[in-house]
Amino acid sequence: MIKILFFAALRERLDCEQYLLSCDGKMLQVTDILQQLQSRCHNWQQELSRTDLLCALNQQLVPLNASVQDGDELAFFPPVTGG
Amino acid sequence: MAKHMNIFVAVQSDDFCVASEYAELRRHSACGAVVTFSGLVRELSDNTLHSMTLEHYPGMTEQALTAIAEQAKNRWQLGAVHIIHRVGTLKPNEQIVFVGIASAHRAAAFAACEFIMDYLKNRAPFWKKEHTASGDYWVAAKTSDSQALARWE
Repeated sequence: MIKILFFAALRERLDCEQYLLSCDGKMLQVTDILQQLQSRCHNWQQELSRTDLLCALNQQLVPLNASVQDGDELAFFPPVTGG
Repeated sequence: MAKHMNIFVAVQSDDFCVASEYAELRRHSACGAVVTFSGLVRELSDNTLHSMTLEHYPGMTEQALTAIAEQAKNRWQLGAVHIIHRVGTLKPNEQIVFVGIASAHRAAAFAACEFIMDYLKNRAPFWKKEHTASGDYWVAAKTSDSQALARWE
């Protein structure tokens, strides 16, 4: 299983905090996972296609071509606005 | 909370006391300079801000702030780095963030403080939502913040 988390405006727009995705032991790229999530519905397609989307793998920022495997924690969120 | 190599990082809903952080930072006797920065909740130009909620990514936030402090320590000779960031709901004028640096001389302390704030604003997973008279709005990221980061790269 891959645990996928959504934060802030993205979490609200998707109406989803956490999503579990089965990967059948396969190594995937973040882009493959995004494609699967986008295919769920029109809203997810739009929200997860935003060019400013950020991605963290096991709590580290990564580019969208990063590889993901079983047991990983993946998170998607909008640009950060702390400070 | 992380405390090693004179790096102190905290993400908390409680307020912080600049005077006690300063007292802690000036205990490093080899340091002749302490620079501190505090970020506050700014009222909107039309005075309609009721409050602001800060959301974060628990776990990643602490790691990201520690990594930023470590980068600063690799770049400059620093005696101590303190970073405190609050989460939850805050009112106008409340304190949001504190960065304090102790170093031998002022140039490194000023530079490291700016570096940490620029990195924090672009890399640490916090998001602000404003609660105003006309509704709730997520704060949009500013290009000036990403430009500020570029000068260190």
